[in-house]
Amino acid sequence: MTNEATILNSTQSDQLKAEQLKAARQARYSPGQSAHQFSLYLYPLLALALLLLVNVLLDPQFFSLQWQDGRLYGPLIDIVNRSAPVALLAIGMSLVIATGGIDLSVGAVMAICGAVCANLLVLGDWSIPAVIGLAVLTGLACGLVNGFMVSYLGIQPIVATLVLMVAGRGVAQLLNQGQIVTFQNPDFAALGSGSFLGLPVPVWLVLLALLIMQLLLKRTALGLFIEAVGCNAKASRYLGIDDRGIKLTVYLLAGGCAALAGIIATADIQGSDANNAGLWLELDAILAVVIGGAALTGGRFSLPRAVIGVLIIQALSTTIVVSGLPAKFNLLIKALVILLVLMLQSELFRNQLKALFSFNKLRGGKA
Amino acid sequence: MSEQSNNSSATPVLQLRQINKNFPGVKALQQAQLSLYAGEVHALLGENGAGKSTLVKVMTGVLQKDGGELLLDSTALNFDTPKDAQQAGISTVYQEVNLLPNLSVAHNLFLGSEPKRFGLIDKKAMANQARQLLSTFGLDINVTAPLSEFSVAVQQLVAIARGVAPKRGAACTKVLVLDEPTASLDADEVQTLFQVLRQLKQQGVAIVFITHFLDQVYQISDRITVMRNGCFVGEYQTAHLNKAELIAAMLGKELCQQRHQAPCVAVEHSEAILIARQLNSGQSVQQLDLDLPAGQAVGLAGLLGSGRTEICRLLFGLDQADGGTLSFAGKPIKLSNPAQAIALGIALCPEDRKTEGVIAPLSIRENISLALQAKQGWWRVISKKKQQQLADFYIEKLQIATPDADKPIGQLSGGNQQKVILARWLAVEPKLLLLDEPTRGIDIGAHAEILQLIRQLCQQGMSLLVTSSELEELTAFSSKVVVMRDRKKVAELSGEDLNPDRIMAAIAGASV
Repeated sequence: MTNEATILNSTQSDQLKAEQLKAARQARYSPGQSAHQFSLYLYPLLALALLLLVNVLLDPQFFSLQWQDGRLYGPLIDIVNRSAPVALLAIGMSLVIATGGIDLSVGAVMAICGAVCANLLVLGDWSIPAVIGLAVLTGLACGLVNGFMVSYLGIQPIVATLVLMVAGRGVAQLLNQGQIVTFQNPDFAALGSGSFLGLPVPVWLVLLALLIMQLLLKRTALGLFIEAVGCNAKASRYLGIDDRGIKLTVYLLAGGCAALAGIIATADIQGSDANNAGLWLELDAILAVVIGGAALTGGRFSLPRAVIGVLIIQALSTTIVVSGLPAKFNLLIKALVILLVLMLQSELFRNQLKALFSFNKLRGGKA
Repeated sequence: MSEQSNNSSATPVLQLRQINKNFPGVKALQQAQLSLYAGEVHALLGENGAGKSTLVKVMTGVLQKDGGELLLDSTALNFDTPKDAQQAGISTVYQEVNLLPNLSVAHNLFLGSEPKRFGLIDKKAMANQARQLLSTFGLDINVTAPLSEFSVAVQQLVAIARGVAPKRGAACTKVLVLDEPTASLDADEVQTLFQVLRQLKQQGVAIVFITHFLDQVYQISDRITVMRNGCFVGEYQTAHLNKAELIAAMLGKELCQQRHQAPCVAVEHSEAILIARQLNSGQSVQQLDLDLPAGQAVGLAGLLGSGRTEICRLLFGLDQADGGTLSFAGKPIKLSNPAQAIALGIALCPEDRKTEGVIAPLSIRENISLALQAKQGWWRVISKKKQQQLADFYIEKLQIATPDADKPIGQLSGGNQQKVILARWLAVEPKLLLLDEPTRGIDIGAHAEILQLIRQLCQQGMSLLVTSSELEELTAFSSKVVVMRDRKKVAELSGEDLNPDRIMAAIAGASV
């Protein structure tokens, strides 16, 4: 009884003490700023809007849409449609980059999967779902190879995927026996050039992939685990997350996305060109993810923002063509504009810019 | 606060007044102050997180103050970069020797201001100047040999020599800041260092001496400034302040009370929840017999590298045992990864909070719910609403100082980060909680609260194994303390044997 009383007493005085401590400490902490979700979307969307505005100024017909043969046509649709393969790559790349890795092989995986499709179709006796299924399986297998090298053999992601980036194109060339394999299959070709409910099929495929991925990431804890592993793999392991399994999974998913992109690219040209399919697209995908605000060191990521990044890159390419500048300026202008977009996203740069403006104002006011 | 009485000159050479410094969400310095007189050794003391290093960084131009003033020789100054401070005559030697081990001693001394001839480095002149400089320190070494060939003590002295070496275009050194200069030195080397400090003192240099070794404070310093929780506590003459008063000033009153409490035992003679017999793990743990009684807190004492942390790693499945047996809640177990340990009901708050605990960019809410989520598996998601409830509950319960649960954990202070990590594990309701140095590097208020929490958890029937270097802290809640030395268990103290002196004796290897 006395024991209980003393315990009670001590907890009461403990509580009192704790209250005092709390008050003392609260005085030391001021509310800080939590990051605004809104501002993360602001700058990529602003950049995209600006690009579109420039296009309208160059070509007043830019926003016009025509309805022809049951589908929409117009420059905007073109941009979205052309973005499809890179958008798929960027979705997969977002996950890989979120874990602090990088996947350079996705362009080559596109070529392999394209070659698989084309060769199966040339053989003739394969149904389209089977062709798609086998191509996706091929992509997943490639992802598995990457993921195994990175998470279980401990090879640096950039080196591990560089292996497949180089070897993959070789595999695709072997599959095609050095030729460009073309096929006649209107049903399969529809995956690249057909339309559904007025929009090109590739656009639907991207939306579908985005939806499935978002559900997978947000309706399970996978998204949170990917971010946790990307921020601090060691701490993640210490709290019971299978960090290797997570890394393997993201490379697997990136491989699957690359396979879809490969299918679209192959269906679009009705053939597989092992040398050029998906060439350098991995770089566009990485760039799109970065424009979407993800850090290459891993951590926070967003698939919609990465897709906005892809649209920016594609809109930019279109703008350069529309502007009528000689094609030789394309790459340089692209680089400059992208540098600008990236700098706009940097808070440091924005603050410096602000400081510069306010300084000028100050000087102007005095004079 | 004692009255200032100046030993050499009327006006301080450097004066910091009402300094404020805010980090996002944390007021690191509030009205901090420091006065330095020429020719004195001034000890700057305080617990971890008291704001000492922030104050030094403000003084040396690494950080910019948000308020207050800095007077050097009675002129108000603003240092934008560390170089500005150096030019003005304020030199700093940091805790870790930050020199270039592959370069020669002489080159290290004059890096950035090498004597030149025809635009090239004049190695001969540099070596001569280096020899001259070091001889004033009583150091006679081969200055052309790479720095890495010398002991840490010599490197430390070279770093100090570099600090006071005349630099081109800069004022001569007026203030020298030494951040934990003796941390890696042995007793003789400390004396050599003190010799040098006394010499510099005579030359009229004001020395700021930051250390955790109070004996050294009394050996070398003239005056003391104590800080706590980012605030100035007091300025004292070393000769007029005894050790007990100094400790009271550093710790504040709360902890002193906290430290003298009876051990916490919920169940008197409980069964062991975890039993280890002859447990081996490579070179790190040898033949360990360990019984952890249910519902009690067991302390684990020993020096760094004695095998304390390794035991925690072993029991959490981070390291694998290569011999012996382990049983938990009556069943023999074998652990090969943390997930298995967590599934059984074992949790670990790791020693290195920064790299092994917090996931800095993620929010408090996510950090708290991650372990529970990992235990449930990735396919059974904890909804955002549930996460929020969980976070709010623990923010309230553990009194985590934050405006909301969405703040990234990296922006919290050490103590609050530790509380979030604790909350993370409390959320999975473990049977056995391993705490590896739970109070290291956290502010004093959080320190007391965490000790209180350990007692509470124990009373609620949780078993704990707590590693700590602070022996008084261990005796405050442990029912028994296991002492490790050289990777072996050397003593198990309980009852009347359980006091800091006995633990200290066991650690030191005296007969128990």
